[in-house]
Amino acid sequence: MNFYIKYLIVAVGLFAFSGFFALFGVYAERKVSAFIQDRLGPTETGKFGVLQTLADVIKLLIKESIIPAAADKLLFMLAPAIIFIAVYMGFAAIPWAPGIAPSNLNLGLYYIFAILSIETLGILMAGWGSNNKYSILGAMRSAAQIISYEIPAGFAIIAVIMIAQTMNLQTISAQQGILSSEKSTFLGIWDVSHQGGILAWNIFRAPHLIIAFVIYFIASLAESNRAPFDIPEAESELVAGFHTEFTGMRFAFVFLAEYSMMFLVSMVAVILFLGAWNTPLPNMGSVRLADWTTGAAWGIFWTVLKVLALVGVQMWIRWTLPRLRVDQLMNLCWKVLTPLAFVCMLISGVWRLWVM
Amino acid sequence: MFNKVAHGFKTAWKGLTLTIRHLFASNAKRKITPVSSDNYFKSLEGTNTIQYPKQQLPVPEVGRYQLEVEIDDCIVCDLCAKICPVDCIDIESIKATEAYGQTSDGSPKRIYAAKFDIDMAKCMYCGLCTIVCPTECIIMTNQYDRSVFELKDLNYEFSDMTPEVAAEKRMLLDKQVAERQAAKLAAMNKKEGDA
Repeated sequence: MNFYIKYLIVAVGLFAFSGFFALFGVYAERKVSAFIQDRLGPTETGKFGVLQTLADVIKLLIKESIIPAAADKLLFMLAPAIIFIAVYMGFAAIPWAPGIAPSNLNLGLYYIFAILSIETLGILMAGWGSNNKYSILGAMRSAAQIISYEIPAGFAIIAVIMIAQTMNLQTISAQQGILSSEKSTFLGIWDVSHQGGILAWNIFRAPHLIIAFVIYFIASLAESNRAPFDIPEAESELVAGFHTEFTGMRFAFVFLAEYSMMFLVSMVAVILFLGAWNTPLPNMGSVRLADWTTGAAWGIFWTVLKVLALVGVQMWIRWTLPRLRVDQLMNLCWKVLTPLAFVCMLISGVWRLWVM
Repeated sequence: MFNKVAHGFKTAWKGLTLTIRHLFASNAKRKITPVSSDNYFKSLEGTNTIQYPKQQLPVPEVGRYQLEVEIDDCIVCDLCAKICPVDCIDIESIKATEAYGQTSDGSPKRIYAAKFDIDMAKCMYCGLCTIVCPTECIIMTNQYDRSVFELKDLNYEFSDMTPEVAAEKRMLLDKQVAERQAAKLAAMNKKEGDA
């Protein structure tokens, strides 16, 4: 019985966290975009407008939920739930700190990527169910984009798995710091098993993973439908893409899914490439910075800090780069990222065999 | 291909540095200066937002904003209503039985304005009415901020005549017209009688 209560608490906690993060994310996004464009952003609701997103949520909650007469009701009503649940389930396998993970899966990474792909299904359902040409166009674009970008992302991840030799996210995290049970080397030459810190992160253990990281990061932007890859919801062409017809709470769920997705893909990037919950500070002689800043609380702190930094970069990119055209998007994916990811995978094999 | 990728990263980085500079640039609130100030086009620091109800840009006094009528100076010549391209001025005039007053520039007033309505919802702010007005009683003010809950509130009524007074004046006019008609008829009859 306690077993189930614990799981329930974890699930509710994660849901509360994703809701809170969406609140924070929307506010941060509005402020960041405002400052980038020399505006002020929300200022009226609460001090510096901090209550603005809360007010928006209340507005969405009390709005009427409209189902278009010609919509496929079942698909239309299920779609936002599936979109959100797909992302929310992804959080189940994510480690937050040494020993702290909702579920310590052996196939954690595989599970996350499998469950995230279901989001495409939800988006297609939303587009088809709306019975609206803009929605279906957005949904088709989204499906094409997500399926395409899963390939470079997948190969970039395989490059990491070949270095790590495991799909258990907790083990991959542990390998990148002083808690590692195996020898880790900085650029393959300097044994840093006892220094830890930034030197033992995956991108420095095997430097070609920097390229893999960039590939994964670009692909993750596409998978979470963020600018410059936001053609599924391209405001200027498709009204709002697949979520054109959604109102009230259903619309809020689509938004919640988008921001949770941002957090989730950034978190996967952090775990695979940027040392997960490990501290960036290395041990230096008798100054045991890494030892001092490793632990459960520190782990959560470093994870959240790194993830928020990556989310910040996502926002920064969104408010800088213009949207790609469909053909440019496919060009980038198939002609640039996929071959590069293949090369990364190849180097990973060589690195594992001859260097590590 | 390699060059293209490098070029892509270079240009993207250029844009990203530009935006990050703005992100961490001064977020000072905008100071309100009139357009006539020397510094108006040079002040590029800080944010650009004007927080409207709290901050307002000064507008020139001779700008073309809302119309205002000084009804005491109006001689009800109807020129403004005739020139209005969108017919937003609606005047109902009653001839007075005699000159009943003077405007501030000395023109005699011979017509009452029973109704002088300007529908600001229709007005296109061209200012033609202010140009044709012989007594300069219709003018444009520097008021531009007017929002109302009912569309009819945008119909500005400038006439200060109550319906009762208007009815009385109308009756007087009718009486005078009737008297004149009678006098004319009498004169005509007399002429015919003479002939």
